[in-house]
Amino acid sequence: MNTSVLFDVPGPRARIRNGILTVIGVILVAAVLYGIYAGFDAKNQWDGRIWEPFLRAETWKVYILEGLKGTLVAAAVAAVLAMVFGAVFGLARLSDHKWIRIPAGVVVEGFRAIPLLLLIFFIFYLAPTIFGGGDYAFIAVVSGLMLYNGSVLAEVVRAGVLAVPKGQSEAAYSIGMRKNQVMRLVLLPQGVTAMMPAIVSQLVVLLKDTALGYIIAYVDLLNTGFKILPAVFFGSLIPAAIVIGIIYISLNVALSTLANWLEKRSRRSRKTAAPPVVPPGAAVLGGPTPVVPGAEGVSTM
Amino acid sequence: MDELIQYAPDLARGFLENVKLSLVGVVCSLILGTVLVAMRVSPTPVLRAAGTIYVNVVRNTPLTLVLAFSALGLSDTLGLAFSSVPRTNSFWLVAMGLSCYTAAFVCEALRAGINTVPLGQAEAARAIGLTFFQSLTLIILPQAFRAVVAPLGSVMIAMIKNTTVATAGGFLADAAAVMKETFDTTGASIPIFLGIVVAFMAVTLPVGFFTGWLARRLAVAR
Repeated sequence: MNTSVLFDVPGPRARIRNGILTVIGVILVAAVLYGIYAGFDAKNQWDGRIWEPFLRAETWKVYILEGLKGTLVAAAVAAVLAMVFGAVFGLARLSDHKWIRIPAGVVVEGFRAIPLLLLIFFIFYLAPTIFGGGDYAFIAVVSGLMLYNGSVLAEVVRAGVLAVPKGQSEAAYSIGMRKNQVMRLVLLPQGVTAMMPAIVSQLVVLLKDTALGYIIAYVDLLNTGFKILPAVFFGSLIPAAIVIGIIYISLNVALSTLANWLEKRSRRSRKTAAPPVVPPGAAVLGGPTPVVPGAEGVSTM
Repeated sequence: MDELIQYAPDLARGFLENVKLSLVGVVCSLILGTVLVAMRVSPTPVLRAAGTIYVNVVRNTPLTLVLAFSALGLSDTLGLAFSSVPRTNSFWLVAMGLSCYTAAFVCEALRAGINTVPLGQAEAARAIGLTFFQSLTLIILPQAFRAVVAPLGSVMIAMIKNTTVATAGGFLADAAAVMKETFDTTGASIPIFLGIVVAFMAVTLPVGFFTGWLARRLAVAR
């Protein structure tokens, strides 16, 4: 339903009412903005001194870009591993053999239900007792992200393959293909197109969750930008939060835009007979029979 | 196993804090999310823009940053305080950050729900002369809520799991913080980890089943 039909083309009275509502809205928004401004002002947050570090190239080079590198490396490694994990376990859950299907299901459902931070803490403390001393922050963040997001992606993979109409696999079997050929040549190529948007949306979640590394002191953007930088430039905490917030938001908006574009493309794609898989956590109902992977499958957001 | 039994009271107290955070979060995020969705479909462009900006900014910021900012930025630097007791103060700061963060997702879920309400419903509401506010509260939102009970359940489950990030907001009494503290003395302990995981599942699974059941019961027959 288009939200614009919620209200009619306004008549004279409705125009007055909308006018009043607009005025109230403007006043409310202005009040909130002024409240923020005044709050900052009262604590001297508009002081040029605390914003000045962000105009210098070395601040960016030493702290922000260094942290951004940490975030992106962790996200990239975790993304690749999570996709492999998701492909393996998603396909394992579709297996015809009980002894593969059920353990894979237990693993996927289990890791999806564990709060990610607990998983990261656990790996962080477990690793030294197994592999000896050392810094396991990176390994803990990456493997935690891999296990959690991999499990979510496994559901996406499963939903993508199941979204391909039954006639496709029946036709493939009837021309004499084997199980492995049906999957490899018919179901996966069509399923992947349907999965792409959901996979990219999950990558946004993964990228955001790398910030959990901050808690176990992994050197990521949040750590260098929000812990180290304000310690060096005393008082720059709020400017730092705003700057790194903008960086995170732009990265995620870029990825989300890609996901939306992919979804539109896959919706009109003729390369697949399957409708696009709904990203886990996205609450889209109605429309051309969306495939929602798992009932309570959702990101840590 | 001995560690789990030894530290069980501490862990249970920590987990209780997660439950409390979840309860506050459910109430506040649902209220705030509903207000946001009303803004986003309102006939006032200013409110629509404000709602859209809020949702897109908050949804794309890591929760860790939101909570760390509530503690270090809002409270320590800007002087926002809910209570003079540090522990109570950080509890409410985390609850606020968590609610503001989750509200963006509630808003998105509800907006998807509004999209499932057939066009004829809004047209009929207009035809009998209901104003925007009346048609929203009497016709559209009740149907939208019923359509998104299950997705809202998923959002709430995610929020319950997110209460563990409270550590980032300086609230060091929740289960994750207690677990970390315990690990500092015992080393990584599988029974303790599994114990907390089971405790979380004991909350999230019933929420999932309940919202699933409720969604089927409340589904609007069309």
